[in-house]
Amino acid sequence: MTDALFGRLDLSSLSIWHALQDPTPSELVAAGAAMAVILGGLGVLVLLTWFRLWGPLWRDWLTSVDHKRIGIMYCALALIMLARGVIEGVLMRTQQAFGLDGGFLTPDHFSQLFSTHGTIMIFFVAMPFIAGVINYVMPLQIGARDMAFPVMNQISLGLTATGAALVMISLVLGKFSTGGWANYPPYTGADFQPGPGPDYWIWAITLAGIGTTLSGINFAVTIYKERAPGMHFLRMPIFCWTVICTSIIMIFALPPLTVAALMLAADRYLEFHFFTNDLGGNMMNYVNLFWLFGHPEVYLLVIPCYGMFSEVITTYSGKRIYGYMSMVYATMSIAVLSFCVWLHHFFTMGQSANVNAAFGIASMAIAVPTGVKIYNWIATLFRGRVRMTVPMIYAVGFFYLFTIGGLTGVMLANPVISYQVHNTLFLVAHFHNVIIPGVLFGLLAGYHYWFPKAFGFRLHEGWGRAAAVLWIVGFSFTFLPLYWLGLHGMPRRSPTFAEPSFQPMMWLALFGAALILSALTCLAIQLWISIRRRDQLAVPLGDPWDGRALEWSIPSPPPPYNFAVVPHVTARDDFAEAKAAGRAYAEPEAYEDIEMPNNTAIGLIVCVCSTLMGVALVFWIWWLAVLSLAVMLLALVGRTFHTRNHHVIPAARVAAEHRAWLAKVQAATAVDRLQETHTRNMGRAMPERPNRTEAAE
Amino acid sequence: MSTSNLHPGLNLGDHHGEAHEGAETIVFGFWIFLMSDLVIFGLVFASYLTVANPMGMAGGPGPEDAFDLASIFAQTMILLTSSLTFGFATLAMRHERGRAAIARWLGVSLLLGLVFLSLELRDFAHMIEAGAVPQHSGYWSAFWGLVPLHGLHVAVGCLWLMVMLAQMATLGLIPVVKTRLLRLGLFWHFLDLIWVAIFSIVYLGGLMP
Repeated sequence: MTDALFGRLDLSSLSIWHALQDPTPSELVAAGAAMAVILGGLGVLVLLTWFRLWGPLWRDWLTSVDHKRIGIMYCALALIMLARGVIEGVLMRTQQAFGLDGGFLTPDHFSQLFSTHGTIMIFFVAMPFIAGVINYVMPLQIGARDMAFPVMNQISLGLTATGAALVMISLVLGKFSTGGWANYPPYTGADFQPGPGPDYWIWAITLAGIGTTLSGINFAVTIYKERAPGMHFLRMPIFCWTVICTSIIMIFALPPLTVAALMLAADRYLEFHFFTNDLGGNMMNYVNLFWLFGHPEVYLLVIPCYGMFSEVITTYSGKRIYGYMSMVYATMSIAVLSFCVWLHHFFTMGQSANVNAAFGIASMAIAVPTGVKIYNWIATLFRGRVRMTVPMIYAVGFFYLFTIGGLTGVMLANPVISYQVHNTLFLVAHFHNVIIPGVLFGLLAGYHYWFPKAFGFRLHEGWGRAAAVLWIVGFSFTFLPLYWLGLHGMPRRSPTFAEPSFQPMMWLALFGAALILSALTCLAIQLWISIRRRDQLAVPLGDPWDGRALEWSIPSPPPPYNFAVVPHVTARDDFAEAKAAGRAYAEPEAYEDIEMPNNTAIGLIVCVCSTLMGVALVFWIWWLAVLSLAVMLLALVGRTFHTRNHHVIPAARVAAEHRAWLAKVQAATAVDRLQETHTRNMGRAMPERPNRTEAAE
Repeated sequence: MSTSNLHPGLNLGDHHGEAHEGAETIVFGFWIFLMSDLVIFGLVFASYLTVANPMGMAGGPGPEDAFDLASIFAQTMILLTSSLTFGFATLAMRHERGRAAIARWLGVSLLLGLVFLSLELRDFAHMIEAGAVPQHSGYWSAFWGLVPLHGLHVAVGCLWLMVMLAQMATLGLIPVVKTRLLRLGLFWHFLDLIWVAIFSIVYLGGLMP
């Protein structure tokens, strides 16, 4: 029986209560995590009050519809969740290092750890980080003032934050699913996991997934409809091409996840038989639906990171991208092929050999366009003006490590090999080997590259280099041993093992995990030191790296309206061309009034209501679920009756701000590339002769 | 009258000025949303087809025990007619026949939508009586996952229609109301399309000997 008021929520739902009853190491770790969430939340509230930041937080951030601020909030969310994800990863490595016939975590707790680790890293680190960078950079690169649908953008952020909040709440109330990030039924069905765990997964994923679908629509429409005059498709920076591909994947590949999760919810809540063992349920439908989403998902993650590497490599080589057209074709081919390979995630689950062969060949085919990209990047570096800044260190690490990961991917695409190594640490090593160097290194390179654009000061170079090297070395020590362990038969998702010869490699992996933890610490220190020394690192004029695309042609941080006048684009790498021809920083003939959307609280209302609804559904508090859904719908419908949603920024104010900035640019001394990381770099780059020979097509 | 089409489907036309130009981005975005929604329906259809067999029915009632083809046919005709009347409403808006004409056709469409829903609910009640409930088998789970999903969409469409009638009364035919009506029109016709597939695959397919 459940309580009418509190559903199935009671004292025993508190993980801290469990630790008091039964103080084993496993329970204490769980209770410590719960305390960290509670104290962290309280700490943030105290700090906000102490520094009187509630007003600015509300006005400038929570109710903002500015794509740049929304982008920054996405990235902040991702970095917070990254900290939890990394700590969980280190905890799992520690458990396995001591896991010869034992360890300190219970199997159930270990299962929760790999389930939350996977869910968090994919849905609440990689995806928000990517959505954040896309939000920030893409409209600037195509010369737009905002997203096509600014308010929907805020709602997308709200729904993503809801998902993250539900996963965090699961540390304090109840337990998370033990079914892995893919949450396969029937193991996650009501028969085997009646508790709240899989329900947390369902609602976190469904709500965040709807947000991501809406983001995809927003990104696609923005690129299709909001490009500046002259910004033809084939003049867009490669990053924008990767955003198109990713948004197409978001639009078409998130629905299968929503369908699978909601069908699982119907099974769990209403005793449907979509995926049950009995009465005609078919769990293979879930597996197909999940990976119809899951495989495009990995390309959703990695394609924009390819775009970030393209931007980083061209800028820090002082060259245009080698083989622009082949980059576009390769990106599109990967996006299309990503929908044709999902079955390679379950070669062993009963298809005929012919079906496996077809999907295996399709999977191997993806290596071809990916190889094209790698060669293009290397050719871009060739005879370039290469500077080994932090993003370039990540890029070099990416070249080597991602190629290894890609090659093991081609191995796994062969069903015969897959039969041998599936469900072993070999697979774990492989997907970390593509996701960390591919996605995370790309994002961190992009973070260092665009940070000065967003905040007007560079990140500290030394700590950044330390973090980059630690990430690369730490990754190698942590995950390369797992290939060996997997080939020798160590299963994945196992907290313990009985084979003593595994132990040295486990210790090596733990050492690597410690390096990764120190890399993360370096990133935190770097951020702190950079904020402290922001005056020395300031680059307010906007172009610290001798950038090539439009985002570098405006101040740092950019004004809310981005461009004082909408640019007229005449070439690929328009800003680089303009600087070379002496056209950059010209004063426009006339300024016009700019209409911008007003702030609104609707995204926050959606976030709060859907979080309450999620918790209510997890704990069967039906009245609260209905109430929060009703409030949310009323707010959304009510808002459509409100028609004055824009304000006008007068031309005179735009002109004054723009002229003041132009005057500062003219007064500043331009720095050459040797002084890029020097205090003298205020964000005005000395024009270099563009290198046209290699790029001639 | 010059005709420049800014987006797929029926355009308002140049004589609508700001509303026509504003529709380009918004209606295009809505088409993309519908594509995403279509993927959802496609997958639910696919799941249905995998269990539309004796194994999926697990010895429980089958389609022939629960479907009332006469009622389904009536629902089909009603929904198709509502699409026609919605088309008249859109044409009345495009050719500026005034708020009353638009509201009249919208009202007819709403009424037909509500009749469709009540007939569908009556059918559902019969099915429950016949034991064709999702708790009985994978087949009925898939049915109840698919057909009521369409019904839910129609219900949302009806609510949206009521909101639009209220907005036409309070806000008048301002550009944002016009583009909302264009989008609602697309949604309404889209649901018709889905229903044609449900009628053919689920009902006719289910009753085929």
